Amino acid sequence: MLPRFWRKIRYRYDLIGTRCNTCGRNYYPPRNFCPVCRRRSSIEEVQLSGYGTVLSYSIVHDTPVGLKMEKPYVVALIQLDEGPIITSQLACEPEEVHDGMRVKAVFRKYGEDGEDGIIYYGTKFIPAEEA
Amino acid sequence: MRKVAVIGVGQSRFGELWDRSFRDIMLEAGVEALEDAGLEGKEIDALFVGNMSAGRYIAQEHVATLIADYAGLAELNIPSVRVEAADASGGLAVRMAHLAVASGMHDIVIAAGVEKVTDAGELSMEIMSSSADMEWEGFVGATLSAIYAMMTKLHMKEFGTTEEDLAMVSVKNHRNAVNNPKAQFKSEISVDAVLNSPYVAEPLKLLDCAPISDGAACVVLASEEVAKQYTDTPVYIKSSAQASDYLALHSRKDLTTMQSVVTASRQAYKQAGVEARDIDVAELHDSFTIAEIMAYEDLGFIEKGKGAELIREGIVEMGGEIPVNPSGGLKACGHAVGATGVRQVAELVLQLRGGAGKRQVECETALALNIGGTGGTAVVTILGR
Repeated sequence: MLPRFWRKIRYRYDLIGTRCNTCGRNYYPPRNFCPVCRRRSSIEEVQLSGYGTVLSYSIVHDTPVGLKMEKPYVVALIQLDEGPIITSQLACEPEEVHDGMRVKAVFRKYGEDGEDGIIYYGTKFIPAEEA
Repeated sequence: MRKVAVIGVGQSRFGELWDRSFRDIMLEAGVEALEDAGLEGKEIDALFVGNMSAGRYIAQEHVATLIADYAGLAELNIPSVRVEAADASGGLAVRMAHLAVASGMHDIVIAAGVEKVTDAGELSMEIMSSSADMEWEGFVGATLSAIYAMMTKLHMKEFGTTEEDLAMVSVKNHRNAVNNPKAQFKSEISVDAVLNSPYVAEPLKLLDCAPISDGAACVVLASEEVAKQYTDTPVYIKSSAQASDYLALHSRKDLTTMQSVVTASRQAYKQAGVEARDIDVAELHDSFTIAEIMAYEDLGFIEKGKGAELIREGIVEMGGEIPVNPSGGLKACGHAVGATGVRQVAELVLQLRGGAGKRQVECETALALNIGGTGGTAVVTILGR
């Protein structure tokens, strides 16, 4: 799992997406091939602002084995101000969350690969007012 | 393209089959299908096997050959192909078998589906969830139920669907399963029982979700000409269609419509020369109760946003205008992942033959919808007499 995680660190830690200069669409998660322009794609990386709005969310009780200690946690669909929708966790209490809530990206721990394994970090979101 | 008939069907019991192995259950379904078709075995030209994840559930790959071997077909060295599209693997195996016969390449082909899930214990849920995008959904803890839960909330907000509507889908499917001897849960439940069951991913509760099940199913397909040598009352595959969509929900244009279902169903209706209103009975993919309600809409049984009306008004109940999931569906018959799509077709063949016993629906045209993951794959099969 290490190389699989390591390859994406740049995009997970800093919220770097991509943009297709042919059609102007922004992508996060990043794509190096525009699904609309295909071979006419002209892709470059873009730094996203990290601000967005909650479209939908769920409080997760039945979790994967590795996230049992975190439950319940909140997973959300967040529309970033630059357009793309992403799936992420909200680092706040379930009661605080509501649809349409403004949120901001922060750097947080996601989990670890057992006691001796690597620690996974990535982007989560918090209410924007608190930022 | 040649006309293709289903001349035999078989299925194992679905459920927690602790005492039975992957090979045992597949063989049970296969033997039943061959007996039903009146085949000895040597007439079979090829085998397609739908299976999502034997590698992770039971640490066994190369399962198409394993099944050919245990079915005595390796003795004949016939081609055997594994087909994978998450929990649409079975429906896709039927489609591949259909294409193999329709094209004229083969005359008699088996489509099988099998999954041995319960051996994986507490890992079974996350293996199922790997049908989502593991790098960008799975990594953040978005399980399959969490993603469906987010669709559910949007559907509720946009169209007024309620938790009671969802519960009624589960209640209906449980009631239907009472009359299916192969079903995992042959017991009725109440709306209150669903509403009071613990949350899995809010607002979805335990009894909104299809269970973890072992099971296998098998259908025998033959060209029209060959079919007539085996049966006087063949059931025909009138069309089969498959469509894809973005793997991750967050990449899709519309978060409350499965475009794969819309596309596959329209192609299937066109090929079969029917419309949505001609469908008399359907087996739909209710991995979560919301999926069945969205399917009513995306298949064109009713307009977008009004799916819940079909359950509120009893239109999809037994005795209603379009009974949905007479078998009990994934929720109550059981969801043995790779077996499900084949089981749906087997059920509809029984219905069209008039051999479905106490759960018999009067029908001439039937539709099966098998979905992979959160809608990244949809397979629609239309059957008729």
